[in-house]
Amino acid sequence: MSDVVAEKPVWTRKHLLTLNDLSPEEILYVLDTAESFKEVSTRSIKKVPALRGRVVVTAFFEDSTRTRMSFTLAAQRLSADILDFSAKISSASKGESLRDTARNIEAMGVDIIIVRHSSAGAAYDITQAVDCCVINAGDGQHAHPTQGLLDLFTIRESKGRIDGLNVAIAGDIAHSRVARSDLRGLIKLGANVTLVGPPTLVPRSFEKLGAHITSDFDAILPKMDVINMLRIQQERITSSVFPSIREYIRLFGMNADRLKRCKPDVLIMHPGPVNRGKELAADVADGPNSSILRQVTNGLAVRMAVLFLCQQAAAGNT
Amino acid sequence: MKTLLTNNELQATLERLAHEIAEAVPKDIPVAVVGIRRRGETLAQRLLQLLAKAGVKPAHHGALDITLYRDDLTTIGPNAVVRGTEIDFNITDTWLVLVDDVLYTGRSIRAALSALTDLGRPRAVRLAVLVDRGLRELPIQPDFVGLCIETAPENDVQVKLTEVDGVDKVEMT
Repeated sequence: MSDVVAEKPVWTRKHLLTLNDLSPEEILYVLDTAESFKEVSTRSIKKVPALRGRVVVTAFFEDSTRTRMSFTLAAQRLSADILDFSAKISSASKGESLRDTARNIEAMGVDIIIVRHSSAGAAYDITQAVDCCVINAGDGQHAHPTQGLLDLFTIRESKGRIDGLNVAIAGDIAHSRVARSDLRGLIKLGANVTLVGPPTLVPRSFEKLGAHITSDFDAILPKMDVINMLRIQQERITSSVFPSIREYIRLFGMNADRLKRCKPDVLIMHPGPVNRGKELAADVADGPNSSILRQVTNGLAVRMAVLFLCQQAAAGNT
Repeated sequence: MKTLLTNNELQATLERLAHEIAEAVPKDIPVAVVGIRRRGETLAQRLLQLLAKAGVKPAHHGALDITLYRDDLTTIGPNAVVRGTEIDFNITDTWLVLVDDVLYTGRSIRAALSALTDLGRPRAVRLAVLVDRGLRELPIQPDFVGLCIETAPENDVQVKLTEVDGVDKVEMT
């Protein structure tokens, strides 16, 4: 009995909303647990019964194919029953109606709600209305904690550590929840983070969180161990804060020429989907330094770990 | 606190266990030794060395984490620690010795058998435990036993191993 039971649990949260309030120990615990779940995906029977009889709902109020697929598969590999809830709603109809929706979902006997929403704070809002677990799969420009965790997992897997690494996050930082979650996690685990992009898209306020800020991509290339290229969000290109696409690619695009000036073992990351030939040249995206597909694979293990740990914490609280 | 096995007695018990397993090993089937995390894994490592001395070299060995297969996951809550399964061979058609430290209700072994079933189909599974403390709740019995004792549910039997706990002994409170 004592073999599988820790004296003091490290993870006691039934929700995962952001990485902001997690301790380094909690983050590392999720990553360690995810290591174990990675093995499950290598089996001939890719399933364990840990969440058997539990119901997981993916409530996506904003489109996302890959994140939803990743969460769905993660829940299936834990033997949970899974339900999809899709609703495109305007940001004006959040608030009470979102809470009502959540209450209705919970009333069907749901154990975990995975929520994606265009408004920051939507996942938190749902926790105020329901008792079940809530996992944030991206809320507005606020947070995307499982993406942050899978990026940390991929960096640690590739480099053997995170502490002391030089990590650049390049692109539209201002509008990116991925950048925010990555930044928080990386700083907590001791990485030196540089945010790089057009000054209009890299708020100086991020310096307060411990990040370096620059708009000179070429100057920082030789020092970096990891470079995370953010996706150019098409809907932003027409806005006044965005430079012309050609200028952006020239200054902040990752291509073979820039890669040559990086450390030979630099890890090139991208949260997907890639705009080939824009923020990331095709030969770099498909090259040996790229971790894009590994990030997708690791995302599954990380999401299994998150679902399992939150469900366990909820089970312990009742 | 009562000491059931001292340092030397534990070693002697393991040697006897290894000897019994060596005698039972079939000739023409690959042998695998799999320990249940965490102390079963350590015991399996020790048994492997002792089996080698007895002239038996198992073809495979590994470690099994049963956390995700437990039937009490909803009651042990956030204290459950997933340590991961490390079985990098195909268990199908092996003669598989499952190793654990203490056999009690039988539920851990039930979970381990479910976990093994998901990994493949061994020709046979044999169970080796250091201590059988009785009080089974499921129809599961060991094939190789180091020490068999009678206990009450309120007792706590603890196997301590140098690799994990810094000392070799078995205690009961």
